[in-house]
Amino acid sequence: MQILYFAWLRERIGLAEETVASSAETVQDLVSELRAKDPRYEAAFADTSSLRVALDQRLAHFGDPIAGVREVAFFPPMTGG
Amino acid sequence: MMQVRVQNVAFDFAQEAKNFASSVQDCGALVTFTGIVRNNDAGDLLALEIEHYPVMTQSALENIAGQAMEKWSLVDCLIIHRFGRLALGEPIMMVATAAPHRAAAFASADFMMDYLKSRAPFWKKEVTDAGAEWVAAKDSDEQALSRW
Repeated sequence: MQILYFAWLRERIGLAEETVASSAETVQDLVSELRAKDPRYEAAFADTSSLRVALDQRLAHFGDPIAGVREVAFFPPMTGG
Repeated sequence: MMQVRVQNVAFDFAQEAKNFASSVQDCGALVTFTGIVRNNDAGDLLALEIEHYPVMTQSALENIAGQAMEKWSLVDCLIIHRFGRLALGEPIMMVATAAPHRAAAFASADFMMDYLKSRAPFWKKEVTDAGAEWVAAKDSDEQALSRW
């Protein structure tokens, strides 16, 4: 699946986008897999309560299943308007 | 009818308001709101950089506009939101609502503003001589949603 990062999360990880092969069942499982990859991910995902997630461009929750999802986006709370 | 535009280029809000007003019929009330790049507390802001999630932004804004249309039975509504590098004093975004009466026009504009703040995938960064810093989301913005 395709994983996207925005704002300070993108800067901290050093990537805007990557393709990841994952067997994770939920967003939280995927986060655990990512955190194990590299200390940059570990630091960026240290506190998921300060992050938001979208599954196929729709806002979702970290406990949501990701079966069939093509695009997962992680980002800080939005600051539009 | 509703219009949603996500763009880098500046817009002329007076002209947009005029176009919106002339495009609606059977409306007794028209409300517009425009957000402008203002200075930070230290007074040294050079620019605002707005990042967004292109594939999601348009649909997120259409969803917000659609909810407002339905909840207040609006005649029409408009959202324009910019991204990219914006200088001090430039317009960032605007909303316009048209309804038979003012209560619905004001409330729906307020609703759209609250949702744009924390449910539309934009992230602001303040650029100063000292560097650039991401704007943190405010708890009060999140709490504002519970009004609706």
